[in-house]
Amino acid sequence: MASTFYSLNSMDTNETPRLRGNNTLSRIWFFYLDGFRSMTLGRTLWAIILIKVVVFFVIVKLLFFPNFLNSKATDDEGKAEYVRHELVDDP
Amino acid sequence: MEELTNVVDWSRAQFALTAIYHWLFVPLTLGLGVIIAIMETIYYRTRDESWLATTKFWMTLFGVNFAIGVATGIILEFEFGTNWSNYSWFVGDIFGAPLAIEGILAFFMESTFIAVMFFGWKKVSPRFHLAATWLTAIGASLSALWILVANAWMQMPVGCEFNPATMRNEMTSFWAVALSPMAVSKVLHTVLSAWTLGGVFVVGVCAWMQLRGRNGDHCRRSLKVGAWVGVVGVLLTSITGDTSAVTVAKYQPMKLAAMEGLYKGDFQQSIVAAGILNPDKTPVNDEPAFLFDISIPYGLSILATHDPDAFVPGIQDIINGVSYDSEGNKINTVSYAERMEIGRRVRSQIAAYDVALRAGDKLALDTLHETINRDFAFFGYGYLDNPEEAVPNVPLTFYTFHVMVTIGGFLVVFLLAALLFVYKPKWLEGKRWAKWWYRLCVLAIPLTYLCSVCGWVVAEVGRQPWTIQDLMPNKVAISDLSASYVQITFWIFAVLFTALLIADVSIICRQICRKSQTDLDQVTD
Repeated sequence: MASTFYSLNSMDTNETPRLRGNNTLSRIWFFYLDGFRSMTLGRTLWAIILIKVVVFFVIVKLLFFPNFLNSKATDDEGKAEYVRHELVDDP
Repeated sequence: MEELTNVVDWSRAQFALTAIYHWLFVPLTLGLGVIIAIMETIYYRTRDESWLATTKFWMTLFGVNFAIGVATGIILEFEFGTNWSNYSWFVGDIFGAPLAIEGILAFFMESTFIAVMFFGWKKVSPRFHLAATWLTAIGASLSALWILVANAWMQMPVGCEFNPATMRNEMTSFWAVALSPMAVSKVLHTVLSAWTLGGVFVVGVCAWMQLRGRNGDHCRRSLKVGAWVGVVGVLLTSITGDTSAVTVAKYQPMKLAAMEGLYKGDFQQSIVAAGILNPDKTPVNDEPAFLFDISIPYGLSILATHDPDAFVPGIQDIINGVSYDSEGNKINTVSYAERMEIGRRVRSQIAAYDVALRAGDKLALDTLHETINRDFAFFGYGYLDNPEEAVPNVPLTFYTFHVMVTIGGFLVVFLLAALLFVYKPKWLEGKRWAKWWYRLCVLAIPLTYLCSVCGWVVAEVGRQPWTIQDLMPNKVAISDLSASYVQITFWIFAVLFTALLIADVSIICRQICRKSQTDLDQVTD
């Protein structure tokens, strides 16, 4: 990632303040931290994303969408046997 | 609703609901991504701050749509594991590869660079920021590519071999899967249709602002990019639509016949431009197919084969295995009755394979493996109770196809006119009918969404009853669940996705309304 700070209106100037942080990891950290802090509409959008992810993965997935074959067999051989029964013996 | 009585119907309805809602978010991300990348490129090259302001305006709307739409597709994967477990096992190795690439490569690429796009304005170089914007747009399209490749494989299963020991299809050629004719035409047609939608969205939003006399210069800048992307998108979508029709005619002739309500095919087959289907028509009676129709001579032969004299088989011809080559010689294709017989034979051979496997009879295993794979192309027909079961819902396929084509034709003219007005603004400014044009532009946004959804309905309903074309019908792909269980999740998703859609539309509308009242020639943040 470029280490040069570019002002929005200074593309042709020599203004070159650096990104916060001393190494790559801390620069990435501060890049995201500053980005999140300066959000306006983004706060609402992130709230929607987080609520959505919680609803999808915690409520919907865990309560309503278990892996069906895992309830029928514990290993691949057992799952193949179950699907064979479903498709061949008792379609 | 009375017909939705069993778990197959409810699972299909649930998958359709979630897929359609998911698709309402995706094309705007794909189309607007390209548009803002072009706008930022103009800014980068001209260093004109007004282009930066315009780029940021559309980037905000892109961000809203991306944020609300992201992860809505994951629900479809949940459904595979719960509702469609037989299918998931049967295709796991093949379906998993494109989805894994989508998840690991494309989605992470998209997610990484979208952060630079929004957080990086003051922190990375303009060149790097521009690259991030393009990579976000490309990442979104790559993400769509792998999903569409997986979908195309369900329509045209290639590059695989069935392993009767594991009951799974195993990939023999990744490139045969990724570059099948169905995958190529589907990816191009779908992604380019998203460019069309992105272009129409820009034209429509600008028209709304112009109706209120706001930000004329910003609108002119936006339209220069939006109308061009829309025109290029809609023209290329039309061309790839033609390629798709040829591919469907070759590999899914039943779908093409349903799209046209064609029961009895002919040489020099005409195409129905508009018509009302006869509700009493079935594949086994001699009722006329249409109550009323306007047809174009030679049309379907040209669409399907690019040869005006070619024979195009209808539903009854396909069921009976009748077709003709370009010289008019009868071709003995395999009738559906024969296919059902072959399918049942393969099923019994798989049962015999299991017995041989347990007995360790290597000779029998080799022989059975060979015969199973020789006839496996018709495996799914063994589950059909009668040949007519393999006919999709003709009215739904026919009407959605014709709505799609009609709106698509309108969009070609509409976007060419929008582009013309960009370069000849005086033809529009001050005219009494200008406000009607602007209203039409706004109306074109929901029409384009309708067109896009109709395209998917044609693609998916037209291949029924197959989950995987010719290999697995829905009724055996499904898990052994109760219909009431699926009904509960259907309504949960109906509420959840409707709420998300309302949030998406209302936030986007609010942003357009609020920002249009500011000076969009100036960068304000």
